[in-house]
Amino acid sequence: MGNETYSVRGRIFDIQKFSVHDGPGIRTIVFLKGCVLRCRWCCNPESQAWDIESMLQPDPSSPDRKIRKTIGCDTTVGEILQTVLQDKPYYRRSGGGVTLSGGESLCQPAFARALLTACRENGVNTAMETTLCAEWETVESLLSLVDTFLVDIKHMDSEKHRTFTTQPNETILANARALAARGAHMIVRVPVIPTFNDTPAELHAIASFAYEELGLEEMHILPYHKLGYDKYVGLGREYPMGDLPSPDKARMELLRNVCASTGITCHIGG
Amino acid sequence: MPKYNVIDMERTDRIGRLIDALFDHMPEIEADRAVLLTESYQQTEGEPIITRRAKAFAHICKNIPITIRDEELIVGSATRTARGCQVFPEYSFDWLEAEFDTVETRSADPFHISEETKEKLRQTYKYWHGKTTSELATSYMAEETLQAMKHNIFTPGNYFYNGIGHVTVDYGKVLAIGYRGIIEEALAERAKYSFEHPEYGWRTHFLDAVILSCEAAITYAKRYAALAMELSGKTTDADRKRELLQIASNCTRVPEYGARTFWEACQSFWFIQMLLQVESSGHSISPGRFDQYMYPYYKADLEGGRISPAAAQELMDCIWVKLNDFNKVRDAASAEGFAGYSLFQNLIAGGQTPDGRDATNDLSFMCIQATKHVLLPMPSFSVRVWNGSPHEFLIKAAELTRTGVGLPAYYNDEVIIPALLNRGLTMEDARNYNIIGCVEPQAPGKTDGWHDAAFFNMCRPLELVMNSGADKSGTEADGAQIGPRTPDVTRMKTFDEFFDAYRTQTSYMLKLLVNADNAIDMAHAERCPLPFQSCMVEDCIGRGKSLQNGGAIYNFTGPQGFGIANMTDALWAIKTLVFEQKAITMAELKEAVDHNFGEDASDAMAEVLTTAEIRRMAESQKSISDSVIRETWRRHKSQGNTSEFQRARYRRIRAMIDALPKYGNDIDEVDCFAREVAYTYSRPLESFRNPRGGQYQAGLYPVSANVPLGAQTGATADGRLAFTPIADGVSPSAGKDTNGPTASCNSVSRLDHSIASNGTLFNMKFHPSALEGTAGLESFVALIRGYFDQKGSHVQFNVVSRDTLLDAQKHPEKYKSLVVRVAGYSALFTTLSKSLQDDIINRTEQAKF
Repeated sequence: MGNETYSVRGRIFDIQKFSVHDGPGIRTIVFLKGCVLRCRWCCNPESQAWDIESMLQPDPSSPDRKIRKTIGCDTTVGEILQTVLQDKPYYRRSGGGVTLSGGESLCQPAFARALLTACRENGVNTAMETTLCAEWETVESLLSLVDTFLVDIKHMDSEKHRTFTTQPNETILANARALAARGAHMIVRVPVIPTFNDTPAELHAIASFAYEELGLEEMHILPYHKLGYDKYVGLGREYPMGDLPSPDKARMELLRNVCASTGITCHIGG
Repeated sequence: MPKYNVIDMERTDRIGRLIDALFDHMPEIEADRAVLLTESYQQTEGEPIITRRAKAFAHICKNIPITIRDEELIVGSATRTARGCQVFPEYSFDWLEAEFDTVETRSADPFHISEETKEKLRQTYKYWHGKTTSELATSYMAEETLQAMKHNIFTPGNYFYNGIGHVTVDYGKVLAIGYRGIIEEALAERAKYSFEHPEYGWRTHFLDAVILSCEAAITYAKRYAALAMELSGKTTDADRKRELLQIASNCTRVPEYGARTFWEACQSFWFIQMLLQVESSGHSISPGRFDQYMYPYYKADLEGGRISPAAAQELMDCIWVKLNDFNKVRDAASAEGFAGYSLFQNLIAGGQTPDGRDATNDLSFMCIQATKHVLLPMPSFSVRVWNGSPHEFLIKAAELTRTGVGLPAYYNDEVIIPALLNRGLTMEDARNYNIIGCVEPQAPGKTDGWHDAAFFNMCRPLELVMNSGADKSGTEADGAQIGPRTPDVTRMKTFDEFFDAYRTQTSYMLKLLVNADNAIDMAHAERCPLPFQSCMVEDCIGRGKSLQNGGAIYNFTGPQGFGIANMTDALWAIKTLVFEQKAITMAELKEAVDHNFGEDASDAMAEVLTTAEIRRMAESQKSISDSVIRETWRRHKSQGNTSEFQRARYRRIRAMIDALPKYGNDIDEVDCFAREVAYTYSRPLESFRNPRGGQYQAGLYPVSANVPLGAQTGATADGRLAFTPIADGVSPSAGKDTNGPTASCNSVSRLDHSIASNGTLFNMKFHPSALEGTAGLESFVALIRGYFDQKGSHVQFNVVSRDTLLDAQKHPEKYKSLVVRVAGYSALFTTLSKSLQDDIINRTEQAKF
């Protein structure tokens, strides 16, 4: 592999090691900055804008004080890879690797491509958490480099999807179908958001789509949580979800059974 | 068919009741052993010491009160009351006498002591003045050594005041041939010595002492057989009657002869384990590879249809409970360092056979199950991990970890076996290793390892460097020149000069530590040789001498260093800020450290310092008034006349230090530097020898001494404030490893674990959610595997949420059975001192699963 792959630049806002909920095994998550959607419940609001921002957050050494943290930095594939490779012994033992998350990796396709190529060439398993909200050609350009796609399908109704995320869902669903047709390994992930998609009928529709139309074996449903609230405050933005409670265990269990009734294997959480 | 028969068996009600009975009252000190010992010693005045020891042991075995507790299946108790303790005046006694009235109310490990016991002990103590090992050891020590100990550079307290313990005897041999077999062996050996042999007197007396001790053990067991028979006649419960008759039959057969059934083997094991702890007060008498030497008996019974897995499990559970029935009273200061009433009886499962095959069997799994059933601190349960360990075994171990009991500890064969080979063990012996006490590897039945020989506070030499060898910080700061006169730090031009001075101070203090340990070693050989213990360790019988005289095949002395993380971060800060960036001068740094970075001391600490200083003033006949005391207190509390301006400057320096990279975050440069810092301790030690003909070897673990010894240590250049805890073991400083568990593991694995062959200790803390579900267990096991692939030696886990621990501090009554991992052992959380509890709470919690 040429040096040019390693010198490709991109914009990320975090690297998190030892994650076990975003793909198989022990993984390192690289969070790319910038997203097409603006989901109201998004728990990483600092991931959405392409611009580098600053956010107020508690000072880790004295939690009562707030310090201003710069969110986002431009870096190279080579630098990220150095961090990623530090945990290679754990990937090897767990079947883990790297997960690209965001934001949305498809917003930086050249960078994502170079990063995934570099991982592949270093023997690191790859996963990508994505909205699939992009041109098919962009998705296709990464297809051969990703071992597992973690695809967010939030709602089957395009209008409702647009209301809550600012984008309709036709492109997303079409890309999901195309990926499935090409035999990509995919897991559908659904954030369960009260007032948006937390009814049995809505979840059932997604599960049917995943199982029957896409032919997938596995899906995850993730309960809504308010952990992103402080970040909105820190960014000086209003929290769009107001004061909604998280779905409780019983509710999640019920929805899991609804999904499973289609035939798909459904897990709560990642 | 699966290779192992793994059944998740239910705990029987009996085990629950046996556990409840353990905790229904406060541990109590009993006087019987001390009284009997003294009686015997008074009758044997002038005889050879080895003979006197054997006679005393026999006198105790014959006369000490015996008891069979309700519902027990395995019998033999060292004390009348559960979790009671006997005392051992032959080692030391004055500390206990001084604490008669406070031992019941002290913060760490309190004991009840009756007025009657106090009086009996006072009478026996009259005999012991001038006759103890600790008094003899003191007289063997150099003046400089005593001075360094007074200044808290190191403490050899463990063996200075108590027996040695720290041994794994050849249990398998006694199970197979009984003490009768050992007596025959000793007789045969004795017959070899003809009259002209140069050591005829020593060796025959030793062998006679062995024979007498073995007879004593047999007598003791027979007393239990008679008692069981007597009780069987009194009970009206038919089931219990049957049990008591079987117990009587077992105790008649073992440990005199070889065991024929699993139950007999369990009973025989128990007599060995408990009588070792009647003969001497050494702790860490470690059962070792229980799953290996017990397996033949289990297998034979199972195949012969004589036992069900459930019945065998209950017998093992009974042993696990009984391992918690022992206790040991230590002096108040040592109790802080070994907090939690721990006896460190380490039992290990899994690993390899001497010929290098995987050793895991059904009993290995049942050991995990037993630990899960009792959820108590004892045994200190460990598992061996190697490249060929079955995955299902590690998953079962991880399920135990998930309970939060802090067990098991995980050990890496791939590091420990080569480390032991490097110390001269044969391949077979190295593969057969077990763990003693906290984390110390050795060959069972062949080693006198002296594994816990001292604590060496690696921060103290740095304090000495800052003051050219004078003690001007810490609780005993009187300005005395206790170390070599290294150059004035403010005039040093390079970091190498500084690091050399640190090496000089450390090496010098290590020589004094060796002086202390060797003095104690000689005192034990002279005053407390142990014939009973020795007859079960090779090659004492063959050599005709006790363990304490060098009878073991392998002899070591292993003192523990701790504070690696603090010294790495401190030396790194000095290197970077003073010598490379030149951001501050050495004088500025020294001033900030001397002033505790501008922070006040706690009231408690100011009081300790004031008391120490006033005591010194009184010793030197200075006049002391109330105003002098008040002024001294104010100075210690608030940094004297330090202005707000100065304080702000010191705080800025601390902030600069805080901003530097720290050990524990997978930063190659810093971690490799830590490896060098650890060498300043471990390398010089290798060159020293002990009186038993063995080598010194370093350990890097603190038991729980990092807290009390931290409370004697001034501020350090890593930004650690004065008198706060020092980092435990090889773990990063609390709260400084902020890049998650894989990063801490990678950092720790960069130390040279093989050279610290007396063991290293790495503590990790996880939130319980981290181990949820099958995926949680799988990731957890993969984390251990990944760490071990990189040559980490040991790791252990606390899996209790911070909230739970905080709540347990507030409502101890609700958490009586909450067990946490302290250092190389687990203990009941509520029995620990407040400062040790805080230390555990403050360890970095890895929750980002």
